[in-house]
Amino acid sequence: MSADLSELYQQVILDHNRRPRNRGKLPTANRVAHGNNPSCGDECSVYLQLDGDRITNLSFDGSGCAISQASASLMTTQLKGKTAAETQKLYDDFHHIVTTGEAPEDISDLAAFAGVHTFPARIKCATLGWHAALNALKGDPLPATTETHKD
Amino acid sequence: MSDLARTRADFPILHQQVNGKPLVYLDNGATSQKPRAVIDALVHYYERDNSNVHRGLHTLSMRATDAYEGARTRIAKFIHAADPAEIIFTRGTTESINIVARSWAQAHLKPGDVILTTEMEHHSNLVPWQQAAKAAGATLNYIPVLGADAEGGLDYAALDTLLTPAVKLLAFTHISNTLGTVNDAAELCRRARAVGAVTLIDAAQSIGHAPIDVQTLGCDFLVFSGHKMCGPTGIGVLYGRRALLDKLAPDETGGGMVVTVTYEGANWKPSPERHEAGTPNVADAIALGAACDYIDTIGREAIAAHDHHLGAVAMEKLSAIPGIRIIGPRLGQPRAGLVSFGFPDVHAHDIVTFADEDGLALRGGHHCNQPLMRKLGLTSTTRASFYFYNTAQEIDVLVASLRRIQKFFVG
Repeated sequence: MSADLSELYQQVILDHNRRPRNRGKLPTANRVAHGNNPSCGDECSVYLQLDGDRITNLSFDGSGCAISQASASLMTTQLKGKTAAETQKLYDDFHHIVTTGEAPEDISDLAAFAGVHTFPARIKCATLGWHAALNALKGDPLPATTETHKD
Repeated sequence: MSDLARTRADFPILHQQVNGKPLVYLDNGATSQKPRAVIDALVHYYERDNSNVHRGLHTLSMRATDAYEGARTRIAKFIHAADPAEIIFTRGTTESINIVARSWAQAHLKPGDVILTTEMEHHSNLVPWQQAAKAAGATLNYIPVLGADAEGGLDYAALDTLLTPAVKLLAFTHISNTLGTVNDAAELCRRARAVGAVTLIDAAQSIGHAPIDVQTLGCDFLVFSGHKMCGPTGIGVLYGRRALLDKLAPDETGGGMVVTVTYEGANWKPSPERHEAGTPNVADAIALGAACDYIDTIGREAIAAHDHHLGAVAMEKLSAIPGIRIIGPRLGQPRAGLVSFGFPDVHAHDIVTFADEDGLALRGGHHCNQPLMRKLGLTSTTRASFYFYNTAQEIDVLVASLRRIQKFFVG
């Protein structure tokens, strides 16, 4: 397997794809947003339990490629307890990682997605769950779609 | 190795490495590759004959016009049209269908009328009819596909109840781009004609893969794209019976399609000019004519036989992979030269990304077939689609790659 491909499919990504965390509907959720990627059919719903603008619990559900599912799974492990502003900051960092391959030192598991940047067609897979989460935070009733949101 | 493997020498693009491996191009359902003869036709036109058509009296314009109209005649012969005027050049299948869905439907559909299509249509032969039905207050009905994996093809028995006199148009695909099902086009046209319905065949996947004769098919309209039959992108054909085309209101108006223009109005030429407003895509039309020549030197019977052979080989070898789900005709049933499949634990896009490492060009996704995918309980499949320059050895590369991918993801 090439270096680029093993960089893309890191162990942490494969692990989240095989054993997704926080998957399924969240009964206590008070916000939900659905994301889809019309060009490939990937779907991702993100359920948030919000206390003010702080995420106290969250989950995701959907179907798609390993990158999209692992990214959404990993995201749910990172956002618990975060405020809307902190979530946006984390997404900005994540977006920087998947588009440039450069990861800040303090960024933990999200750095596993650095390999995505050499596969530009897959960036939208990695960001799908994040778009849905940001929309759920905004209370945006529209489905998030990778075609109208900038990656 | 089939003797058609010799044709690989005609395709410059096939002789390259992708990710350090020989290119194995199995995405012909999306677009075919172009032989030297077609590329040369484009270069020759731009280097020697480029000029506007139908309006110039100088030598280059006459050459360009002769070549452009020669291509129309060539394509008419390719599908056995009665008259070159029945060949309208368009941008491709999608535009051809849209012209009929707008111009024909607008003039002929009333509230309560029915457009009939099938559950296996590409979005291009589905969404325009949804729009036309909405605009006219008509209903869009679907001939169902049979079986959990659509292995039964179309439900021809359902035609007894679906084909009523309210049906004004039947639009269907000749070969499903997702399932590989070959529909009985002549039978569907015959049944539609019996209730007075007009027929449109989407030949995007069959043109260039099998002999096409609009007389024996008995269709009113037949549409296809040049780029899936060794021709350039951006050129396609709307075939229609002359009587229909001459009455059909033009979808676009402007230069080239008018007889007389006054400040008060204008009137239209007959087909084909009537339906080709503006400067046409001259170069690509000429190259499409060259593609017809090239394909007929190989022979469409031979191409069809090769497609079916590769389809059968792929079915046999892919079926042996544990856990694979193949949609469309079962092993041993007739199928076109394509196979769509999925694995429960590996997504199509991961497969396509991995296979690319092995030099393989595959398609992963919903294949512009979202409603069918939903019906089959799928979000995506991986598709390998063949053409005459593919070999059985390339299917071995595919199978080895899939086994490697499965091992990586499932362990």
